[in-house]
Amino acid sequence: MPIFHALANPARFQKLARPLTPLCFWAGVALALFGCWAGLTRTPADYLQGETVRILYIHVPCAWLGMGGWSALALASIAYLVWRHPLAAVAARAIAAPGALFAGLCLVTGSIWGRPTWGTWWQWDGRLTSMLLLFFVYIAYIALSRADAERGGDGRIPALFGVAGTILLPVIRYSVIWWNTLHQGQSIGLTGSTIAPSMLWPLWFTLSGFSLFFAGLVLMRMRAMLARQKVEARMRRMAAV
Amino acid sequence: MNPWPFVSAAYALTGLGAAGIAWVSWRAMRRAERAAEALRRR
Repeated sequence: MPIFHALANPARFQKLARPLTPLCFWAGVALALFGCWAGLTRTPADYLQGETVRILYIHVPCAWLGMGGWSALALASIAYLVWRHPLAAVAARAIAAPGALFAGLCLVTGSIWGRPTWGTWWQWDGRLTSMLLLFFVYIAYIALSRADAERGGDGRIPALFGVAGTILLPVIRYSVIWWNTLHQGQSIGLTGSTIAPSMLWPLWFTLSGFSLFFAGLVLMRMRAMLARQKVEARMRRMAAV
Repeated sequence: MNPWPFVSAAYALTGLGAAGIAWVSWRAMRRAERAAEALRRR
């Protein structure tokens, strides 16, 4: 925990973020591109789904980032509510837009995958509907945090919303168990996977690549917000003189 | 049903979305940091 308190200093954070941003971003791009190439050309087609299964290598990382993004946003919100670290509020706001994008891409790629596999673009089943709700919750968070910032709020209301939104995460996770859904059950868990290793390996590259890419995006957005805050503070000081 | 148009569309949309947000985030960061640096020098 002391390391997080030390990083909560914006100057120290920016010193660390400057070299980390291109490192995370380009390492993420390289790993994701390699994973996509391997997934498209170096794995066998599925015996049931055929070539369509290759959507797996982008759909799963998008789902992982949509849900993982909200978990990170909620943790940052808790850090802000408990310790009042201003950097935690900046981190939560920086995560929201990339998280919303990947939740949206998860829905779109899932829909494209569903058409040749299930014969439909959309079905109101537990997994799809709960993921759509998460996407809407992201949009609501973005609107709320913008409105709060414009009205000079202290960021407590978006932080509380960020924590409350976590209720959706177990619903998404267990939706395939709780309800009889069209979406397949869990195929990758902590104890192993039901996917053949010959098909699974590129997924680790796309998962780690997309995650690093996401971290690079969040760092960029945090740096932009901190620089804007610095400009606003300086303008206020200059106006006061 | 030919699966490749679906696979290509999924990869293309993900690539476009990722490239789009990367471009917007990078440009916002560069602009904001340049403005902060210019103000610091004044």
